[in-house]
Amino acid sequence: MSIQIVKEVFDPWQAIQDYQHTYLPAGQYGASNIFIGTLRDFNDGESVKGMTLEYYPGMTEKQLQKIVDAANEQWSILDCLVIHRVGDIFPNESIVLVAVWSAHRGDAFDACRYIMEALKSNAPFWKKELLASDEQRWLAANTDGYTKKDS
Amino acid sequence: MFMSIKVRYFASLKESLGRSEDMLAFTEGLTVDAVWQASNHQPLPKQVLAAVNMDYVALDSLVNDGDEVAFFPPVTGG
Repeated sequence: MSIQIVKEVFDPWQAIQDYQHTYLPAGQYGASNIFIGTLRDFNDGESVKGMTLEYYPGMTEKQLQKIVDAANEQWSILDCLVIHRVGDIFPNESIVLVAVWSAHRGDAFDACRYIMEALKSNAPFWKKELLASDEQRWLAANTDGYTKKDS
Repeated sequence: MFMSIKVRYFASLKESLGRSEDMLAFTEGLTVDAVWQASNHQPLPKQVLAAVNMDYVALDSLVNDGDEVAFFPPVTGG
């Protein structure tokens, strides 16, 4: 299990490949479930040209570890990799990666979803958007990922 | 005996208060809510979350000597 807070741009696909190659025993995993969050260039009707992500060094890692431990207790997973960006981020850059490996798909799907939703509600990160107008705004709160948005 | 407590603020709360931390000294046990009141002399804004030693706590939790207390707005990562 690996939890990484990174200050630089990262390539989630390369990270998955490297981690899998290094740590996952060949022949053991039958399911890999991946979530990648990417910065859009729009939000709430405004053009977004960047974002600053603040965190609480120490607490963020501690809470992410608790989330991963809880997933590990609840599902039969072989390994997981969580990477989250902090600092200044630009559209199309990856914000977060959650990758879960298990023998069967049910555990990988469910554990990955659980880790991502728990991260959204419990891990201390805060986003401040930089709009095209150069105005900055803090996001107020995350929405519940299980609630359907009106379209 | 004096108790020493570090208080930290994050994100929009840090900006609105204009500082990122306080150091407090007490002679008696205080709740997390009382730590906020002693530092800020105003009611704790709704929705603000609290942590002691990097774990989430209720506002009526007691704080001990050497603890790090943190206040911050709802989290928006991911």
